[in-house]
Amino acid sequence: MIIAKNDLPGLLDKLMSEYEVYAPVKEGAYSLYKKIKSGSEACFGYVNSKIPPKGVLFPQSEKLFCYNMTGEGAKLEECIDSGKKVVFGIRPCDAKSLLLLDNVFNNDKFRDPYYLTRRENTLLVGMACLEPAGTCFCTSMGTGPFDKAGLDIMLTDIGDAYLVEPVSEKGGALAAGLGLSAAGEEQKAAAAKARDSAEVACRVNIEGLKARLDANFYDPIWERFHEKCLGCAACTYSCPTCHCFDIVDEAVDCNGCRVRNWDSCMFPLFTLHGSGHNPRPGGKERMRQRVMHKFKYFVDNFNATACVGCGRCIKNCPVNLDIREILADIQGEGRSDK
Amino acid sequence: MRMSKLAQAIRDAAKKLLEEKKVDLVVGFAKGSLPLRSTPCFIRKPEEAAALTWDYTCENNLANYLRKREGKVAVVAKGCDARSIVTLIQENQINRDNLYVIGVPCSGMIDRFKVEEAVDGREVLEVEDKGDALVLKGKGFAREVKLSDLCHDTCKVCRHGNPVIYDMLAGEPVPAKPEDTFADVAAFEALSPAERRAALAAEFSRCIRCYACRNACPMCYCTECFVDCSTPVWIKKTPDVDDNIMFQAGRVFHSAGRCADCGACDRACPMGINLRGMTRKMVKEVKELFGHEAGVSLDEKPALSEFKADDPQPFLVKE
Ligand code: SF4
Ligand code: SF4
Ligand code: SF4
Ligand code: SF4
Repeated sequence: MIIAKNDLPGLLDKLMSEYEVYAPVKEGAYSLYKKIKSGSEACFGYVNSKIPPKGVLFPQSEKLFCYNMTGEGAKLEECIDSGKKVVFGIRPCDAKSLLLLDNVFNNDKFRDPYYLTRRENTLLVGMACLEPAGTCFCTSMGTGPFDKAGLDIMLTDIGDAYLVEPVSEKGGALAAGLGLSAAGEEQKAAAAKARDSAEVACRVNIEGLKARLDANFYDPIWERFHEKCLGCAACTYSCPTCHCFDIVDEAVDCNGCRVRNWDSCMFPLFTLHGSGHNPRPGGKERMRQRVMHKFKYFVDNFNATACVGCGRCIKNCPVNLDIREILADIQGEGRSDK
Repeated sequence: MRMSKLAQAIRDAAKKLLEEKKVDLVVGFAKGSLPLRSTPCFIRKPEEAAALTWDYTCENNLANYLRKREGKVAVVAKGCDARSIVTLIQENQINRDNLYVIGVPCSGMIDRFKVEEAVDGREVLEVEDKGDALVLKGKGFAREVKLSDLCHDTCKVCRHGNPVIYDMLAGEPVPAKPEDTFADVAAFEALSPAERRAALAAEFSRCIRCYACRNACPMCYCTECFVDCSTPVWIKKTPDVDDNIMFQAGRVFHSAGRCADCGACDRACPMGINLRGMTRKMVKEVKELFGHEAGVSLDEKPALSEFKADDPQPFLVKE
């Protein structure tokens, strides 16, 4: 199937009558996924969004329930969001990250109803990457600019139109309902050509990385990585796979809500115990946690690496601390000594 | 002096200091991993000094890495870093006797957001330096932009490009600049309260509470920041506009008379929020009320550490 670019705003408007539609919107020099109010707000001429769209499913801040205490007792109101949503134009790396997050929110021990309800009601319409950025290393992380994993529909830019390929059953049903015209051979060939010309130049070698991390917890190498790190959350909050959260009550008098907010292992409050003890008291332990969690603990737990190579942490870090260099150093490739 | 010569002077100085064991550590900048980026680096061996560099991308304030250091440390300090260092010395965070300042006269650092805006958000892959202009190149585009148009707003009004303290100066002093008129703050002050509120809300609705701003600021060094405190909860942890503004307002009050207007917070913000709008309002207030500019002289007491019986206090009683 195919959709002309000129018809896209109208199509989004149509979708909006049934779904909340999240799409990249231009904010000055960068893009953010936002709930759009009109199809013309969406803008697809971007490399990747500043912050990943994971917040559609796992918001930076979400109310779990609200309470109200009266003389008669406590009244609770659960806040499960079951609205139907479409994330339109999600990049393959970000779609892949949601498959990784599924492990965390849906496993033998835990089923997170907040995340899972949203997940079940959300369709992912992907946009193939024809111009990967210099910081993208997705192909080294088991995904790539045309990876359809996790998507319901994949779009490929072929100039004045998009080639529309249904991926999942749900995606097929959605596409069928849009009344799109069929793609000709010429258009399919144009998409194939566009794909061939796209290149992810950056490679990161993670072969054997897990084995090294299994053995290097006490290695002096960890003394150095964090030295310039500020301990902010510019990296983890812009990471599509980071999923740590902190639960707090926000209340005024007898009315309040229990809220779940993103947390970051780079913060001093992360894993601070009630006793005052913190198993990760400084930058060294925190940076080690960030690297270990992505490339070892997550592999231990779910047999997958918790990085999709989107490069956001590299671009957003205020001191240009580059995860690719840390990994190369651990691998003994000495990239940061260049 | 050419940037490459400056970098060489810094390398030579660092190497010598380490060889002669005058310092144990040199904090400076190395080449970054992306175009138009450099990165703070920590040099401990003379042979590592070759990694040091200097150019218009050395935007971080290195004073941030100097508090409560063990041993003797040398730092590469541009004008604003040096002002922060002065204040930190006054606040007993840095021992002047253990610090060697390699001062670098600075004519301005590049604002990455201005670069992005200049190329409409596309990715810059290569940069050609033409002296007073840069050619920003990426896939299918090349744009020449004047260096002065890419400079941080901080640098445009900075009058202290020449470090106020140093043990050696790398390069020639830069020419003096006229007094800062605070035109940006005056424009903000001219707005009605509702307009000011709307302007702040527009900026801070984008805040993700990553705290890069706070952590990049050399003056934010409390063991426990008020935003992290949970008993009591001073502000909500949830990033909503009102609390985001409260956070910045708190930060600005806490750095009154201490903020050197270096712009480190503004440079660190990944969301490109204009933080100097707030910090400079306070810088202006302190200057007008107390005639004080933070970190300009070691001999001048910080505004809020000094009390004079005849201090003007029109905010308390009519004078
Ligand atoms: S670790 Fe960095 S590159 Fe990997 S997914 Fe997270 S933000 Fe992207
Ligand atoms: S521990 Fe750190 S790296 Fe791991 S998910 Fe949490 S914030 Fe991300
Ligand atoms: S963004 Fe950079 S400075 Fe901030 S915590 Fe991550 S690595 Fe450290
Ligand atoms: S750096 Fe920017 S986004 Fe992060 S907390 Fe500060 S103002 Fe907010």
